[in-house]
Amino acid sequence: MSAVSQAQQIPRLSHTGRVTQLRVARSEWTKLRSLRSTLWSMFAGVLLTILLPVLFAALTSSHWGSMSPHERADRHPLDIALAGVNVSQLAIAVLGVLVITGEYSTGMIRASFTAVPKRLPVLWAKTAVFAVVAFLLMLPPVLIAFFASQAILSRHHILQISFSHSGVARSVIGGAVYLMLVGIFALGIGAIVRNTAGAIATFAGIFFVIPPLMNILPSNWNHAVSKYLPSEAGRQLFSLTHDANSLSLGAGARLFVGYCALTIAVAAFLLVRRDT
Amino acid sequence: MAEGLTKYYGEQRAVDDLSFTVQPGLVTGFLGPNGSGKSTTMRLILELDAPTAGDVTLNGKHYRDHTAPLHEVGALLEARSVHTGRSAYNHLLALAHTHGIGRRRVDELIDLVGLHDVARKRAGKFSLGMGQRLGIAAALLGDPSTIMLDEPVNGLDPEGILWVRHLLRGLAAEGRTVFVSSHLMSEMSLTADHLIVIGRGRKIADMSTEEFIRQASGGLVLVRTPQAAELRKALLSGPDVTVTAAGPGLFEVRGLTAVQIGEAAAANQLVLHELTPQQASLEEAFMTLTRDDVEFKAADLESEEAVL
Ligand SMILES: Nc1ncnc2c1ncn2[C@@H]1O[C@H](COP(=O)(O)OP(=O)(O)OP(=O)(O)O)[C@@H](O)[C@H]1O
Ligand SMILES: [Mg+2]
Repeated sequence: MSAVSQAQQIPRLSHTGRVTQLRVARSEWTKLRSLRSTLWSMFAGVLLTILLPVLFAALTSSHWGSMSPHERADRHPLDIALAGVNVSQLAIAVLGVLVITGEYSTGMIRASFTAVPKRLPVLWAKTAVFAVVAFLLMLPPVLIAFFASQAILSRHHILQISFSHSGVARSVIGGAVYLMLVGIFALGIGAIVRNTAGAIATFAGIFFVIPPLMNILPSNWNHAVSKYLPSEAGRQLFSLTHDANSLSLGAGARLFVGYCALTIAVAAFLLVRRDT
Repeated sequence: MAEGLTKYYGEQRAVDDLSFTVQPGLVTGFLGPNGSGKSTTMRLILELDAPTAGDVTLNGKHYRDHTAPLHEVGALLEARSVHTGRSAYNHLLALAHTHGIGRRRVDELIDLVGLHDVARKRAGKFSLGMGQRLGIAAALLGDPSTIMLDEPVNGLDPEGILWVRHLLRGLAAEGRTVFVSSHLMSEMSLTADHLIVIGRGRKIADMSTEEFIRQASGGLVLVRTPQAAELRKALLSGPDVTVTAAGPGLFEVRGLTAVQIGEAAAANQLVLHELTPQQASLEEAFMTLTRDDVEFKAADLESEEAVL
């Protein structure tokens, strides 16, 4: 073992660089793309966004003849095209949660904070990289879902809607924006709760449990309160129509962005103060 | 480096008013029994945990205030700090990116720690020893001026232990500050130039390893001679020398080295049959030193059992 018994020379580093926000972002990109679990979550999100509308459109098309006028009136082509968003948001939320809780559960966070002891650049980088990836990842699926479901429904003129029709392009792209924001919201929850199961449960509570619970309130209270929930406010991003019981597109979008900003702000506040 | 460092976890006191400085160019061993606060001190240095009181700086600055922390300090922490789903290569690459360090450096270090063949495997599948090697690679990534390792030989095979010992000595010889914790006195006596010993979060000793060994052995020399009375007279002429009879023709001498005793005997033309410097085992010395400060003692457990 002569190689071992000799003192090994550590190769020197020729130049030394400082930590910059851009470099931390590059590090986070490397982290994101090098995990199989995140790749699976992404795959699931993409698949659900495309397959559910296709399935929904195919069923609608094949059963159209046997549907009552009432049922037919209930089918809106844009709802069909964006049916996957409601489900794939869970995959994106899990992804957002894992981006941060995965580091706490494995201890990676200590390595991350040793490299970037100011900590906040890590949160900003995670959020930004994840937001860009989530949007670019989900934009093609919502577009594919729209055109594929329209193609499947091509025999039914009443279910045809043009992409150039006012508000349609905005709603379809809004679906991808919504998924991106849901991911950011979940990332913030993950950074606050720091535990995968707890963070996913918290997210599911806010998005899937509280909204139906609102129905037990007297209906005028329900209508007054429900539209301000994160899920309802966010929904306006991909809704073509807005009624008295929902916020307008602008108000809903602003409120949902506000919720996201709030969770990230709380996460940032706690991040620099808590022990790891 | 550290001044009055104190850390409580709730009611639990982990580090208590600890002050010390670690010198460059030396290997400083950080010793203490289980639960004495070594790992906590290291987390406080890296500002992963915030101290309850006191202050700790590195090269004059708080760790957080360094613009390129990985060039200042490379650390191996006690608990694994690697995402189990990521490969060793990507783990190091992600850390390297934060400081604009290139892929070549990552490859160099993977070769250096001997992880070449498994660099693309998920770190979660690594053995304890492979995990330690990956941690050491991460610590050396930024070519840091200070290296801080928490029980680096934990889980390493004898070859690995030898490798770490040479590595640490080499790093110190290059003028770097090397701060390494252990609860194995024997390992530290071979590696460290300087020792800081803590017990229950308090500093017990801060001295060179040589000094520690000298104090531990107590300078005891065993002498056997047929001319007992004459030798006793010859030796007792010096100050602070004690000679205790330990059997027929057998003495324990304190305050003189074996060399001094041999020369005194020769000068007086006395015959010696035995001349043996006694080394108290370092492990024993360490235990004596920290006896009152051990968090979990076997004796405590026994007496508790007796009460029950
Ligand atoms: N995160 C924590 N929360 C609560 N208590 C803690 C925490 N970390 C350490 N402690 C307590 O602080 C004390 C010191 O622990 P520490 O891990 O620093 O000891 P150590 O010297 O590294 O021990 P070992 O030789 O076993 O590694 C212990 O009593 C431990 O229970
Ligand atoms: Mg420890």
